[in-house]
Amino acid sequence: MTAQNESLPDAEALFNDLKAQMAPAIAYDAKLVGVYSGGAWLADRLAAELDGEHEVGYIDVSFYRDDLSTSGLKSNVRSTQIPFSVQGAHIVIVDDVLFTGRSIRAAVNTLFDYGRPASVQLAVLVDRGGRELPIAADYVGAPLIVSRDLMLALSKDDAGKFALTTEPWIQR
Amino acid sequence: MLSKKNLQLNENGDLHHLLAIEGLPKRIIERILDTAESFVGINEREVKVVPLLRGKSIFNIFFENSTRTRTTFEIAAKRLSADVVSLDVARSSTNKGETILDTIANLTAMHADMFVVRHAESGAPYLIAQHAAPHVHVVNAGDGRHEHPTQGLLDVFTIRKYKKDFTRLTVAIVGDVLHSRVARSQIHALTTLGVPEVRVIGPRTLLPADIERLGVRVFTSLEEGLKGVDVVTMLRLQNERMTGALLPSASEYFSRYGLTPQKLALAKPDAIVLHPGPMNRGVEIDSAVADGKQSVILPQVTYGIAVRMAVMAILSGSTR
Repeated sequence: MTAQNESLPDAEALFNDLKAQMAPAIAYDAKLVGVYSGGAWLADRLAAELDGEHEVGYIDVSFYRDDLSTSGLKSNVRSTQIPFSVQGAHIVIVDDVLFTGRSIRAAVNTLFDYGRPASVQLAVLVDRGGRELPIAADYVGAPLIVSRDLMLALSKDDAGKFALTTEPWIQR
Repeated sequence: MLSKKNLQLNENGDLHHLLAIEGLPKRIIERILDTAESFVGINEREVKVVPLLRGKSIFNIFFENSTRTRTTFEIAAKRLSADVVSLDVARSSTNKGETILDTIANLTAMHADMFVVRHAESGAPYLIAQHAAPHVHVVNAGDGRHEHPTQGLLDVFTIRKYKKDFTRLTVAIVGDVLHSRVARSQIHALTTLGVPEVRVIGPRTLLPADIERLGVRVFTSLEEGLKGVDVVTMLRLQNERMTGALLPSASEYFSRYGLTPQKLALAKPDAIVLHPGPMNRGVEIDSAVADGKQSVILPQVTYGIAVRMAVMAILSGSTR
């Protein structure tokens, strides 16, 4: 069902744009927290390629979502891992696609259950609009218009190369 | 409509009630264990609460007393941000003549979303699930001699934590299998997960006559049965069994079936020891074993909370 649409931009190029925006702006010791799964891959790559000392954490927002009664609990929940102190830290939440803003709301709430950060910013590879909450990204690879009927997500091949894919939303 | 084949599953094959391990597909058991793994992390945080079940009302209805199980269900519900009410029904309206179904109907009228039920009669949670409103979920917290599914799940979760792979294990369950809902749930969980050899060890009077039907090997000698096992589950010997002429005395039971360090040495050197609690030290288990290096009895209690959180979270996400 996954379609690699010819019209979708090159994810590797977007990644480089995103990295170039973050490099001069984020704190030397900013912590990068990736939202599973696409955001986790991005956070790993950013931490490896950006200058500075960037510790990495991962968030699964499943336990903080607001749609349990309509969507159920997803079957492959992963463990949130924040291996550093959130208290007083400068944190950048990293996600692949910014859409309604609900995942980011859940990620921010998750983070605050670990402590009180000094600041929280948001970096996304793609902003596809359609916000349902007052949330905006600080760093954006590119804005992109995608039909509401399609789910847009990041994939990673065996060599670690990123690509954007679209597929119909999974109906339960 | 609930599937006729299995009252526990909805039409999409998702878990809607948890009534027994028997008949649960392997994928459902594994999903519960995997989800529980994520909840273990939450229980180690400073803020041990997630907002997943905010606004949901969970009623613990214990027609039979159990402080420990009720407490762990309460903690699990609170860590999911649910509102939880525990009723000690053993001491309330049922004594005034109210039927189970009337009790349930009244609690449903108070907008309950989930019932956690313990009852001395096997099958009571099924009766409740059959008559519950479509949005209500039922969890069996132990029914008579039948099953105690969340205990069985936390047992296999603990075993997986220490042994990783089920497909090469030999597991022994020792003691009063006849009266044990814990044993029955654990046997079904182990065989569904692919454990090749499950042994039950105990005196004939405390083993069900048709126990081999469940695919287990039967031993009446503890020494024989423990040889080479990876996991030993000790069952609680209920004191009332002594008076029922099933056993001569506690001290004789301990000499034949009590787990001592010497007997445990017959198992594999890295074997682990489980016990569902509460323990009778000096009856089914020696203190040196209960408090020893191979004991995982307290981790079982800790993991029990994560497993019950997983069950409640998964059930709450199921709709009809």
